[in-house]
Amino acid sequence: MALHSKDLLGIQELSTDEIQLILDTAANLRNIAERPIKKVPTLRGRTVANLFYEPSTRTRISFELAAKRLSADFINITAATSSAATGETLTDTAKAVQAMQVEFLVVRHSMAGAPHQLAREVEISVVNAGDGPHEHPTQALVDLFTILDVKGYIEGLKVAITGDHITSPAGRSSALALIKMGAEVTLVGPSPLIPPGAESIGVHVEHSMEEGIADADVILLSRVEINPDNELRIPSLREYARFFCLTETRLALAKPDCLVLHWGSMNRGVEIAPDVARVAEDYIAQQITDGIAVRMAVLYLLSGGDRS
Amino acid sequence: MTDNETRDTLIAGGHVVDPLVGYDGPGDILLSGGFVSVVGEGLSPKGDTEVVDATGCYVFPGLIDMHVHLRQPGREDKETIRTGTMAAAAGGFTSVVAKANTFLVMDNPAVVEFVLSTAEREGYANVWPVGSITEGLKGFGRLSEVGGLKRAGVVALSDDGVPVVNSDVMARALEYSADFDVPVITHSEDYGLSGGGSIDEGTASFSTGLAGIPPEAEEIPVARDIELQRAYGGKLHVAHVSAIGTLERVRRAKEDGLDITCETAPHYLTLTADRVAGFDTSAKMNPPLRKEEDRQALVAGVADGTVDCIVTDHAPHTVWEKAEPFETAPFGVVGLETSVFLIYTYLVKTGVVSVSRMVELMSANPARRLGLEGRGTLAPGSRADVTVFDPRPEFLVASDEFKSRGKNSPYVGEKLSGKVVHVWVNGRRVVRGGEIIEE
Repeated sequence: MALHSKDLLGIQELSTDEIQLILDTAANLRNIAERPIKKVPTLRGRTVANLFYEPSTRTRISFELAAKRLSADFINITAATSSAATGETLTDTAKAVQAMQVEFLVVRHSMAGAPHQLAREVEISVVNAGDGPHEHPTQALVDLFTILDVKGYIEGLKVAITGDHITSPAGRSSALALIKMGAEVTLVGPSPLIPPGAESIGVHVEHSMEEGIADADVILLSRVEINPDNELRIPSLREYARFFCLTETRLALAKPDCLVLHWGSMNRGVEIAPDVARVAEDYIAQQITDGIAVRMAVLYLLSGGDRS
Repeated sequence: MTDNETRDTLIAGGHVVDPLVGYDGPGDILLSGGFVSVVGEGLSPKGDTEVVDATGCYVFPGLIDMHVHLRQPGREDKETIRTGTMAAAAGGFTSVVAKANTFLVMDNPAVVEFVLSTAEREGYANVWPVGSITEGLKGFGRLSEVGGLKRAGVVALSDDGVPVVNSDVMARALEYSADFDVPVITHSEDYGLSGGGSIDEGTASFSTGLAGIPPEAEEIPVARDIELQRAYGGKLHVAHVSAIGTLERVRRAKEDGLDITCETAPHYLTLTADRVAGFDTSAKMNPPLRKEEDRQALVAGVADGTVDCIVTDHAPHTVWEKAEPFETAPFGVVGLETSVFLIYTYLVKTGVVSVSRMVELMSANPARRLGLEGRGTLAPGSRADVTVFDPRPEFLVASDEFKSRGKNSPYVGEKLSGKVVHVWVNGRRVVRGGEIIEE
């Protein structure tokens, strides 16, 4: 079995079989990171380019290491240091990179759909490394990977996702991925932070933290901050924390073995209490490690490799 | 004066549709000296009269598009008066109403005169300019010199492209425009609700991650403008209605007897927001495509008379602008070369409206609303603006065949019915046998 598309644009486009394939492949690749020489020759002679129009540390480095551990050549292009800064269009930049015989273009962009539009214009593989608030498929795959690793299964799990669902790049993809794999997903948050139309993918929406996380097997959290995209949506971080901060008391309402995951850049005391954060930190680290294996699996499968 | 302006033309054997005089049946039409001279059955040609066989075709007053962006002056890379009016003629339109958001803005007689004289020299259709409501098309501040614009030849006022944000400015525009008997065409948009959005709010905005524009962004300012019309008078015409709530507001305003009309466009009658799911910028327009219930309500409104006019909101853009990411790609679709075929295919062939009602929506009503004397009808004495439309052929929409410089159509590749066979504008033949007669 292989992936049906040349690109990885979103969870939306993936079948459950393809998701399972990526997770299984990632599990096989994970042990490479434990070897003294963390490198296999799989993509030797191929080139991966990161085309990042938005600041990112973790995702950018994760793709870079994934490419390098597969022995691919790797280049980093950022908007600030490329001709994008002169106003060159995304498509023109991408076509120039394609002309240099690069095989993979890993794109991060603030605008929803930018990688999708680009993928129609180039023949090489486009991997979406986050397109604004739309999709962040590899992060969602890492979430599935970790949940599977800890819980052993996904189907039937009760998952609560809390935080800023308007600006969080991973929220939609993770919700979609979990639903596709048979989990029961609840988005928790104040109404203005829940995007209209969310129910269309089959999630529940809950505006009370206590109700939303009751009996949860997994809680996924995103950073909550006041930024220009949401400043009219919540009155203050203090008020948000009062009603939605994941405290020990609230966590006690979830299942006793509830897995708490955070997408990083924690705002302690806002969406997560410091004592709960200490527990979550271990999984944050594990997710970063596993993220490389998942991204290796994506590059490997897009290169035409199968599971074996 | 070209040959066919001096020589009489007899359009014979067609089915004449003229809703303004209530004619809908077999008939011949004699054009003479740029005017319709006789309409009747079994007219016989005299002397050197050119006879055009219209057997199997509808013959109706040239279509009038109340909502077109010709882009000239200023953005000739998107469209020119020449290419825009060519596209109009190819689509069966003999008149286009040109919106004011050009660079320079049509807020003064000099620009109006430039557009009119360019159209006179290079045009393939009549061009009726719209003056801006506010100076510089700012949507606030000073009113344009409405009286001077009217003298120069504008047929309506509109800041289309931007809303008139201040209620007091809209109130003054309505009462002042009434002094000169010029309709005010709104672009209804609440920036607070629409700001940053590019797609219908709901399932479509969620699935794409694009910021949404709720229908209330249109309905709320329309409600405001209806109340201002009630208080201050004037002729109010609501542009590009996309949502069920807006249509209901207009319906009630009409029941109250207010001087209010509205328009919608073929894309709101045939497409819904899921058309944009693959980030296809050729289906990005403002207001955005809505939900199926909105589409159905608009179709019903077209049938029951709540919708007065069907317009294209022809908004050509360059290919490279439309290749931008969805969020920053400009709003707008072209429509002149697909409109009548879409309405015929989706509304007439399906039995929703008659050909006569189609002509009313696309010719008679726009002429009446804008006060275009001798247009929108084939009554003897009216101007010889005539379209011969053959309903039988089918074709695939191909943007490289468009006369328009804009290729941004959401219907490319779609099979539609109908063919614009012949078109006369003021008696001048501009389309013959389906081909533009280029000069």
